[in-house]
Amino acid sequence: MAEGDWHLTRKGANLKTRAALLEAIRRFFNLRGYLEVETPIRIPGPAPEYHIDAVPSGDWFLQTSPELCMKRLLAAGYDRIFQIARCFREGERGGLHLPEFTILEWYEAGGDYTSMMKTCEDLILFIADALSLGRTISYRDLAIDITPPWPRITVREAFASHAPVSLEEALAASSFDEILTAHVEPHLGLDRPVFLTDYPAEMASLAKLHPRDPTVAQRCELYLAGMEMANAFTELTDEEEQRRRFAREEARRRRAGKKPYPSPEAFLACLPSMPEAGGIALGVDRLVMIVTGAARIDDVVAFTPERL
Amino acid sequence: MYTASDLRKGLRIKLEGDPHIIVDFNFVKPGKGQALYRCKLKNMLTGAQFDRTFRSVDVFEPADLQEKKMQFLYREEDKYCFMDNETFEQVYLTEDQVGDMKNFLVENLETEVLLFENRPLGVSLPNAVDLYVKVAEPWAKGDTVAGKTKPVTLETGYVIQVPPFIEAGEKIRVDTRTGEYLTRVKD
Repeated sequence: MAEGDWHLTRKGANLKTRAALLEAIRRFFNLRGYLEVETPIRIPGPAPEYHIDAVPSGDWFLQTSPELCMKRLLAAGYDRIFQIARCFREGERGGLHLPEFTILEWYEAGGDYTSMMKTCEDLILFIADALSLGRTISYRDLAIDITPPWPRITVREAFASHAPVSLEEALAASSFDEILTAHVEPHLGLDRPVFLTDYPAEMASLAKLHPRDPTVAQRCELYLAGMEMANAFTELTDEEEQRRRFAREEARRRRAGKKPYPSPEAFLACLPSMPEAGGIALGVDRLVMIVTGAARIDDVVAFTPERL
Repeated sequence: MYTASDLRKGLRIKLEGDPHIIVDFNFVKPGKGQALYRCKLKNMLTGAQFDRTFRSVDVFEPADLQEKKMQFLYREEDKYCFMDNETFEQVYLTEDQVGDMKNFLVENLETEVLLFENRPLGVSLPNAVDLYVKVAEPWAKGDTVAGKTKPVTLETGYVIQVPPFIEAGEKIRVDTRTGEYLTRVKD
């Protein structure tokens, strides 16, 4: 028996499930009348976000997400759109991170982050049916009951339940990310999927603020098995406010000596005509991990950078 | 100097003056948050283990260890004996100091023993080492299901997942950084 590339061969079952999952995603959105779109991978610059570094490509960059181009489509009257896109982020490599990964992103005109949570539930249930998983997904030693509706808890509540300090104390000590990843995330989505909602305003530079509490944004994250799966916003449509937030992020990037990004003027100019909308980005590779039981993201893609 | 993005399992850095080895490593990053480098560290002098999380702005000095080419001779209970082939000087490492490398240590293997002020503290191996398969279930001919794996036991006692066609007595190449099977080796 020829040996071939055994490390590729042994991923066969996971790669077949991956293909079936991608097919189910497309079928779900096509049945609901969403338009599948494709936008350029190589762009003049991404949305400036302090903690996300784009990979340079000549004078331009590889997209870190398809967000800016998809919102321009939304502003041009494409009301319900989805895309399965390759995205690139510099320096991100770990058990749950690849520097090149696959995002499913979709937008709903007239929606907000609460309606995105509902669509997200519908999508995962549709995929579970397509893959004959039933209503309980076994992931490693967990049995996750996906019967909707899934619990929603605010970031503040989650810190109060799981963290040694309150949200305010974590923010004051600049240790939000450390506490979130070490103390909060490991408890999220173990027996049921959960939406973590209402993030501190400064952690959602493209989301609308909460009407009743402007210290938090209309942002949520879906967690399954302790893993962050999808990020949803009620999208910000105020051009001036968006401009101020980008300037703030860009100033932080410059102070830290990071590569400057050009201001995304065409995107900013489209905001006055963009409808109120919800948008969400879901990590496809991690969803494949959940449905295949894979422990590492390496097991759900054919090639990792180390094996090229 | 190392930056946080250089951190990985097996890297040796200086912390508070002492040499430390990273025994476990995980990159974590909330989607909109900062990159965090979560390490389990072991003080190579005291053996004390602890967790520490670093940020991308952190920088590290390499541990100031000397490396000396030495040959692995034998294991006696929990002591591992290495010899300098030029001076015939012998040093001993404990099982704890050898760590995961014990899975790949076969007699006469060329290694680099790490010394701190002439005290032996650890050992570095080549990235790939060839080892004999000692115990393996026979390959059921006709079992050609692509991508199947089976566990086999190597001459060091290490159990590893390999393709089903690997038989006892064969030699395979193993990646000492990940502990994974690389390829079959023809003698």
